[in-house]
Amino acid sequence: MLERIHKAQTLMDSACKALGRRINIMEVCGTHTVSIFRNGINTTLPKDLKLLSGPGCPVCVTDQGYIDAVLKLAEQDNCLIATYGDMVRVPGTQGSLETRNTKGNVRVVLSSEDALQLAKDNPEKTVVFVAVGFETTAPATAVVVKEAAAEDIENFCVLSGHKLVVPAMRALLSQKNHNIDAFLCPGHVSVIIGFGAFTEIAEQFNRPCVVAGFEPMQIIEGLGEICRQLAEGSAEVKSIYTAVVTEQGNTVAQKIIAECFEPVDGWWRGLGKIEKSTLKLKDKYSRFDALKRFNITETPGEDTSGCRCGEVLCGLIEPPQCGLFGKSCTPDSPVGPCMVSSEGACSAWFKYGRERRRQ
Amino acid sequence: MCLAIPARIVELQGDNAVVDAMGNRFKAKTTLLSEAKLGDLVLVHAGFAISLVDEEEAKKTWQLIAEINDYARENS
Repeated sequence: MLERIHKAQTLMDSACKALGRRINIMEVCGTHTVSIFRNGINTTLPKDLKLLSGPGCPVCVTDQGYIDAVLKLAEQDNCLIATYGDMVRVPGTQGSLETRNTKGNVRVVLSSEDALQLAKDNPEKTVVFVAVGFETTAPATAVVVKEAAAEDIENFCVLSGHKLVVPAMRALLSQKNHNIDAFLCPGHVSVIIGFGAFTEIAEQFNRPCVVAGFEPMQIIEGLGEICRQLAEGSAEVKSIYTAVVTEQGNTVAQKIIAECFEPVDGWWRGLGKIEKSTLKLKDKYSRFDALKRFNITETPGEDTSGCRCGEVLCGLIEPPQCGLFGKSCTPDSPVGPCMVSSEGACSAWFKYGRERRRQ
Repeated sequence: MCLAIPARIVELQGDNAVVDAMGNRFKAKTTLLSEAKLGDLVLVHAGFAISLVDEEEAKKTWQLIAEINDYARENS
């Protein structure tokens, strides 16, 4: 084990020496962020190697306009809101699902099946499933939409906030002021989309893309592999998470996503509008689309004054550079989504932010 | 929230499974993983099995999940 760590560290040191400047590697997965901080991986890196926490936490990238739409639905007497637990504390313009749950019509579910069951059990109410998450979570939503259609469960609908990882990576690299040298790609998103999905990022933008698992050795070796490529001036797609990630991914899940959803332009917190980055239900399932059923127009929300989550998500600043960090914004009383979610960069910094560096 | 949990299929009827993860049993569907069999270890996310996984990898992920749960608790 020590030998493997040493090998990865040597690759990191060589890349820093070869490039002679600061190297920025972005992880695009909230679980990577937590594992990096929790295991103190950032403290073992050479001083010129920086890890940026990108838009990898679905809660953190959900636009305020979407949250406001959910809050509006939660006020309706005939609605039950079914949501994953991650979403209940996220602040919209006026409160969160937690603070606005005065009517007791917000229910936390562990799976999309639970949301559909809630609709079956409460035929007098309309159940709105708050469907957030990246490609890992989207197939679960697609399956229940198909089930609802097959069984004509008309009191069920979905407010889709599902997002796609690759369009966000493309959008980040298309920003003029970005400083990203490479991506550490998400593990379980890649189980679905396959590591081949990152080829366009490596080829078009000349950025190494390495898929790694979540345990510390995977992350360290993933960073080592990225540094090997950076030192050689190459940009390849590689997966070192061979236990579960294949090049093609889970094709059954991909097909079911494609059958139910189509990618449309969507709003991301901090990144703005990204082309074909959000999943919308296809016309043949539009009767299950909460936007249509309740005639809602999602308007992009404005971020809370002073909150710099957007810049954090783009890797442009580190959380302590935000004026609210640790003062008016803490995990107990969060202002922005990156502090709400335990996978958020701000929350991780708050807990483990003091950096030490390997000499 | 994109972390999937390794779990063993302990009951299976059609695509309805009961899985066991670290002693916790819950329902999961195998709709997205038709090759899954009784006794298999699978990665489960949002109530669906998305991939087969081997014993060694499952153990590593369970360990990590225990750590992340500690982290979330310490943070809340």
